[in-house]
Amino acid sequence: MKTFATYNIKGGVGKTATAVNLGYLAARDGYRVLLWDLDPQAATSFLFRIRPRVKGGGKALIRGTRSIDDAIKATDFDGLDLLPADFTYRNLDLLLGAAKQPVRRLGSLLAPMSAEYDVVFLDCPPGISLLSESVLQAADTLLVPLIPTTLSVRTLDQLTEFVSGLDGSRPSILAFFSMIDRRKRLHREILEELPAQRRATTLAGMWTCAERLGLALAAYPGATA
Amino acid sequence: MRTVLRQFVLSRGAGADPDEILRLPGSAFAVSDGNRPATLRRLWLDTFDWRLYRSGLTLEQVGTRGVTQLVLSGRDGAVIAAEQVGPRAAHGHPAARENGQARPGASPHPGPGGRLTWPARLDALPFGPLRDHLGPVVGVRALLPVARAVSAVGDRRVLNSDDKTIARLTVDRMSVTYPAAGDAAPRLTVTALRGYQSQAQRMIDLLAAVPGIADGGSQPALETALAAAGRRPGDYSSKIDVRLAPQMPAAAALAAVLTALFDTLEANVPGTVRDLDPEFLHDLRIAVRRTRSALKLAGDALPGDLARRFRAEFKWLGDLTTPTRDLDVYLLGYPDLAGRLLAASADDLAPFRDHLERSRAAEQRKLARGLRSARFTRLAAGWRDALAAVPAGRSRPAVARLAAARIARAHRRVIRDGSAIGPTSPPESLHELRKRCKELRYLLEFFASLYDPAQHWQAVRELKALQDCLGEFQDTQVQQDEIRAFAAQMLEERAAPAATLLAMGEIAAGLAARQREARTEFAGRFRDFASPASQTRIRALTRAAA
Repeated sequence: MKTFATYNIKGGVGKTATAVNLGYLAARDGYRVLLWDLDPQAATSFLFRIRPRVKGGGKALIRGTRSIDDAIKATDFDGLDLLPADFTYRNLDLLLGAAKQPVRRLGSLLAPMSAEYDVVFLDCPPGISLLSESVLQAADTLLVPLIPTTLSVRTLDQLTEFVSGLDGSRPSILAFFSMIDRRKRLHREILEELPAQRRATTLAGMWTCAERLGLALAAYPGATA
Repeated sequence: MRTVLRQFVLSRGAGADPDEILRLPGSAFAVSDGNRPATLRRLWLDTFDWRLYRSGLTLEQVGTRGVTQLVLSGRDGAVIAAEQVGPRAAHGHPAARENGQARPGASPHPGPGGRLTWPARLDALPFGPLRDHLGPVVGVRALLPVARAVSAVGDRRVLNSDDKTIARLTVDRMSVTYPAAGDAAPRLTVTALRGYQSQAQRMIDLLAAVPGIADGGSQPALETALAAAGRRPGDYSSKIDVRLAPQMPAAAALAAVLTALFDTLEANVPGTVRDLDPEFLHDLRIAVRRTRSALKLAGDALPGDLARRFRAEFKWLGDLTTPTRDLDVYLLGYPDLAGRLLAASADDLAPFRDHLERSRAAEQRKLARGLRSARFTRLAAGWRDALAAVPAGRSRPAVARLAAARIARAHRRVIRDGSAIGPTSPPESLHELRKRCKELRYLLEFFASLYDPAQHWQAVRELKALQDCLGEFQDTQVQQDEIRAFAAQMLEERAAPAATLLAMGEIAAGLAARQREARTEFAGRFRDFASPASQTRIRALTRAAA
């Protein structure tokens, strides 16, 4: 089972659209896919017309009194299942804080799913928190959508630094541009310069990986993946 | 993930148009319009003795939209393995060989991406998980078509008030074309989407109340297809399946057993003649041998000189089948024999294998001729008439008494002959003992229905262990004799390079070693069989019924 997290410290950069589209494509290719909507805004759940409600809320899931198996809902697409969001996910940090080994908690909740699923996508809320740390531990790969702006680049650098400081296993970071607007000079400049500037670190793998995954960035007008 | 929640049968009466029924008027659920039904060409496969069915497996070849798949599923309908086959399969795979060309133990060879034709042996299937799953169950048996049908399958979605799909409705209209033509009532399967079982259950309750819809149980499509054609799965077994009552007249009971044996024999004739797989001949031979033993050991209970009249004919039939079966045993054990070679290589043995295959092809032709001959036809007709003429009325003795006496006598003979065997006894004495054991075993099988199954199993268990040991001893002896004869024959035909003869010599040595091992084991096996506890078990078994 491979675990991908669509993650960015910034909000509104295309995390949900990435998770939903990649999840769909993977399922269409025959993989058994689980999508976990970790964002209390519940955009992913909304897109699949699944009610954002988990019995017992985030508390039951994090404490393990309810298996995540029971909370999973099938989407309308074969092979693609969703663990819906719940409004109580806004308190996931507090709940994790009360759990043993909070940073490893998400990973241990997902481990029993490996017999049923080939691929897991974690659609994360923005921010950097205890939940983010738990996501970083659980994920094999962080998919980081990046709007070509100065502040976006800054958050990517923050994230890179944060990940490199982690103990134990670290996820690989795959950043890619999203929501590109070629009418804006700033976008064009960053598109041109950033790959060269970040080649030594995370962006080195960006383009090749984006091609390998065959990213369908139909949701992002003008995207050049 | 989806789970099948319920199956319904749509009655074919008036007003049962699925389009109407499935609209669920007045409910909170909406049903999407059906898509254009897909046509499924379905072919179910199993071995002649239903090995897949008995293991809770279903193998179905499904063709739709130009794609043909082989699908193996479990009793709950869950798919275990699937493989695309036929001309459109992405990879080349060993093509099925024409009927009658399959050879025991023949190695697979990749064909030019050709179609699979049935019946086919496992080595005609592409390598992969499907073949891996089938291997241990199917063994050397051929897969034969057991039913054929065409289904028109339409799919609809059930939506809740959020417009979310909660279940799928599949309507399957199946027309069976083989083994006989027949239409199955349209079946409706409700499959719930994960996490929506309770909503789907509410929808099912609504559906169940609609006139024209009846509960369809959990009958798999194969059983539905066979039922439509008037058959049921699992209707063949090489075991003797005759219910005898202890007080039944012995003659009538014996006639019933012999009739069942002849049913088995005849059922295996077409497969043997077409040479579909070696088990047809094996089962046929066992039926012949059992028949001969019954005539020898209890034939005097049949009226007149019936037993005497037919003994010679069944001996002829038995002898007819021997050469091909002996070569089958060699060829089936060939990979093992070749794998045991230490000094020689498997390649050295190739001419030997060719020789075996040529000999077998020649013997198989003789066998097929014999089974198609007027003599066999006469035997079959005469035997059936004679058995049917055995009076069913009261006559002495009752079968339980006869069985007890004959089993006791056969048992005494095994104990007597076995006890006389010492470390220096000639091999012939073990061969003779093996025959006595077989006679006892067959008697226990003929009359098995008279006895308590648990006690019967106990009594047979030690006998079986002894038989296995004696079988190994004699089979390795026969094979050593044969390999010497083969070597002489091959030399004469100038078909034997020195390396091959050396490899054959090594095989002969291996067989001799196995035979010696069996000889060493014999004393212990016989001691177990002849133990007072074991003897008591056999006596108690027959006494209880008589």
